[in-house]
Amino acid sequence: MSQNKDITRRNFLKMMGLGATATAAAMAGCSTEKSRNAITSTAPQGEMTYRTTPSTGDKVSLLGYGCMRWPRLSEPAPDGNVIDQEAVNELIDYAIDHGVNLFDTSPVYMQGWSEKSTGIALKRHPRDKYYISTKLSNMHNYSREASIEMYHNSFKNLQVDYIDYYLLHSIGGGDGMGLLNQRYFDNGVLEFLLEERKAGRIRNLGFSYHGDVKVFDYMLSIHDEIKWDFVLIQMNYLDWRHAKEINQANTNAEYLYGELEKRGIPAMIMEPLLGGRLAKVPDHIVARLKQREPQQSVASWAFRFAGTYPGVLTVLSGMTYMEHLKDNLNTYSPLQPLTAEELQFLQDTADIMMQYPSVPCTDCKYCMPCPYGIDIPAVFSHYNACLNEGRILNKGEEGYRTARRAFLIGYDRSVPRLRQASHCIGCGKCSPSCPQRIDIPGQLHRIDQYVETLKRDIEK
Amino acid sequence: MLRKIRITLAALFFIAVTFLFLDFTGAVHTWLGWTAQVQFLPAVLALNVGVVIALVLLTLIFGRIYCSVVCPLGVMQDIISWISGRRRGKKARFGYTPAKSLLRYIVLALFIVAIIAGFTAIVSIIAPYSAYGRIASNLFAPIYQWGNNVLAYFAERANSYAFYRTEVWIKSVVTLGVAIGTFVIIAVLAWRGGRTYCNTICPVGTILGVISRWSLLRPVIDTSLCTGCSLCARKCKSSCIDHKSHTIDYSRCVACMDCLDNCSQGAIKLQSRLKKMEAEKSSESKPTDESRRGFIATTAIVGTSLIVDAQRRKHKMKVDGGLAIIQDKKIPHRDTPIVPAGALSARHLSQHCTACQLCVSMCPNQVLRPSSDLATLMQPEMSYERGYCRPECTRCADVCPSDAIRPITIEEKSSIQIGHAVWVKENCVVLTDNVECGNCARHCPSGAILMVPIDANDETSRKIPVVNTERCIGCGACENLCPARPFSAIYVEGNNVHHTI
Repeated sequence: MSQNKDITRRNFLKMMGLGATATAAAMAGCSTEKSRNAITSTAPQGEMTYRTTPSTGDKVSLLGYGCMRWPRLSEPAPDGNVIDQEAVNELIDYAIDHGVNLFDTSPVYMQGWSEKSTGIALKRHPRDKYYISTKLSNMHNYSREASIEMYHNSFKNLQVDYIDYYLLHSIGGGDGMGLLNQRYFDNGVLEFLLEERKAGRIRNLGFSYHGDVKVFDYMLSIHDEIKWDFVLIQMNYLDWRHAKEINQANTNAEYLYGELEKRGIPAMIMEPLLGGRLAKVPDHIVARLKQREPQQSVASWAFRFAGTYPGVLTVLSGMTYMEHLKDNLNTYSPLQPLTAEELQFLQDTADIMMQYPSVPCTDCKYCMPCPYGIDIPAVFSHYNACLNEGRILNKGEEGYRTARRAFLIGYDRSVPRLRQASHCIGCGKCSPSCPQRIDIPGQLHRIDQYVETLKRDIEK
Repeated sequence: MLRKIRITLAALFFIAVTFLFLDFTGAVHTWLGWTAQVQFLPAVLALNVGVVIALVLLTLIFGRIYCSVVCPLGVMQDIISWISGRRRGKKARFGYTPAKSLLRYIVLALFIVAIIAGFTAIVSIIAPYSAYGRIASNLFAPIYQWGNNVLAYFAERANSYAFYRTEVWIKSVVTLGVAIGTFVIIAVLAWRGGRTYCNTICPVGTILGVISRWSLLRPVIDTSLCTGCSLCARKCKSSCIDHKSHTIDYSRCVACMDCLDNCSQGAIKLQSRLKKMEAEKSSESKPTDESRRGFIATTAIVGTSLIVDAQRRKHKMKVDGGLAIIQDKKIPHRDTPIVPAGALSARHLSQHCTACQLCVSMCPNQVLRPSSDLATLMQPEMSYERGYCRPECTRCADVCPSDAIRPITIEEKSSIQIGHAVWVKENCVVLTDNVECGNCARHCPSGAILMVPIDANDETSRKIPVVNTERCIGCGACENLCPARPFSAIYVEGNNVHHTI
């Protein structure tokens, strides 16, 4: 994709002409020759690596399916559903066929449609073939009634009578301890959930954590009393030692994992790819990784990293495309743990990557919708993509002209003008929702200023 | 031979002028901008003495060759007339008609009165260059842009930045209507009678016709060779050859040279008024129409594309993802219209503008559009609901052929006050939504907007914008980027006469 990024107008027209000829030729010959060149990489069956949950003895596949990034319909359905159900069915069938047995969703994912869609697809399989994980996502309305209603709704949407893994969703955000108390302690919701676990409707209870480390430490300090069955943390080779560097408010995964391992609590892993950013790395990092393992994908390094730690129960990945699912199945069927030398190599890679100040957005869309219509993740993703291609340049630097054109034209293509950073008023409604704790208005304004220097064609 | 030279030159001129109107990237202007500047009426209005003298001299030597080569509306009529001749299978379909002198002079007088009295609408409806500009920018440009957008669509998929999308939108329904009307009338006249418009209505044609009565070179019929076959008269799109009396009405002859090349007897020659010069031997070869190939005059009606935002279901709980619906901005009422930097004042613009639409079709920020006001009909005015007047752009001033918008530099532009921002308290989101904003202040290129606490005694209270009119240049960044919709909480009121900081 990056090979032909500088196509001149003349060459483009030439290509169009050739393309038309080639298409005509292909059309003529396609009836006899059926996709001979199509890449048919099938993932191996029956070789998935499994880990055991101590509390219930579940054999959980190392690859867990994150249900936050299901394929979208190009237009929402009449009832407002945004998910392409057919594609979901296909992905889930393939995943189950190849040994994946944990599916992780939430009532708020995919504009609120994820649970329902995941439930429909899973209903077509025997209930003992898969484990369901969902969350109490009461970030915005944490009254006891609303929280318990949300809990009951999950059963309805998923069409199940028990939930295998239930989480207090994304604790540590907002003001930390204060919000935690409001959401789960003051309203007695945690007690309610503990009762539900006793009754067997929740088989395992845990929490997912981002942000304030005090909250994490507190939750572990009450482990003896509550007995967390598992904890969901963000872990990848960049966050292992650089999370705090990326954002002061975050905590290094090395610490989080270490604390869990000490207590024998299994760790579920989220963001193994940092929202795809460890798959879409700068060109020179691609070269570095591919040099060692030319046959393996860039993403496979990140998955092997997460899987190498024995205290990891499962690694959640939100796989939108079949290709990604197959690639990850390949990586974990079975897992080839990283050697000590390889771990060091990845840490060195992370150190190099830290030199590039990309916006640590994982495209989770928790910040959306922006009340003023800005497509926040799209702005960040365009900026990061240009950064990775080495196209964030200032006037006078070599390649500035083409980089400027590519950035500005690409910006208009990937984000409609009305949804670009220039329309961010800085109301700050988005920032508290960001699990990566990005100063979203600050970053948007920074990018907007860069766009302004490009448009005016002036030096920074 | 002379005819072929004429056709070639006309083709080049026509393509150049037309492309000037089509090219929205502004790249072509550097090379072809002069083709608009040598047009007669813009040169007169710009008081471009050099060009006017050159055109008068040209006419004094060659007759109305301007009408056959330089004027794009004239060439467009020739193309339509040529297609008509081919379609109807009658290439020699004209005939001598007496001059309608009275009509011509009345129209010319009316035209001059209109210019002096400032009835610019009449001027721009009649004037040939304005008429062509209107047709090119309203009818041809959208087709060109849609074509570009198809290429951009494929470029995007090929990961190429060679082409980018441009938005096609109706800038003024009135102007579009006038353009369609002009095109239909002129096309019908040209289809049926060749240069009817040029020899009855066109004021430039009438002026040049008067001058060309004394032109040095003109076609003359050699009565000793003429057999009276009337071929020349039937081929004359100006209907100005009276083969019976062997005379030619030079006030209507557009010096197309068709008669010279077509006379089988070689009886028509270009002769000097001073010396009885023998004209070049006309070539025997049949006229080929290669240089005409490629012109197809097409018409199109711009369709409205309504973007309908899909209604989303209302959630009781806050969920992740999705995009808020953005309301379209509406044009606020402005007491004084805003005109571009370089126009000096509303009056200067209206006195010099030929309403050719070149600046409107060139504006990359969707700011300029033709006025629908009767007094300034079709002349450019600005509005900021789609974009704002970007500080790095001086394109309208660069392209204006009539100096209605004088050339300015980027530095000069940053100090020309074309208007001033006005804050509308009732719309400001700081007050209506109780949020931090300051987007107007953040984007003001001249630092004219300050954010001050609502409560003078409380430094921490929310901040509202105040405009320092002395520094405001009226670019509209604040208005365009204001989050309040459909009416912005800050809008620009035009300055009747532009000031300089």
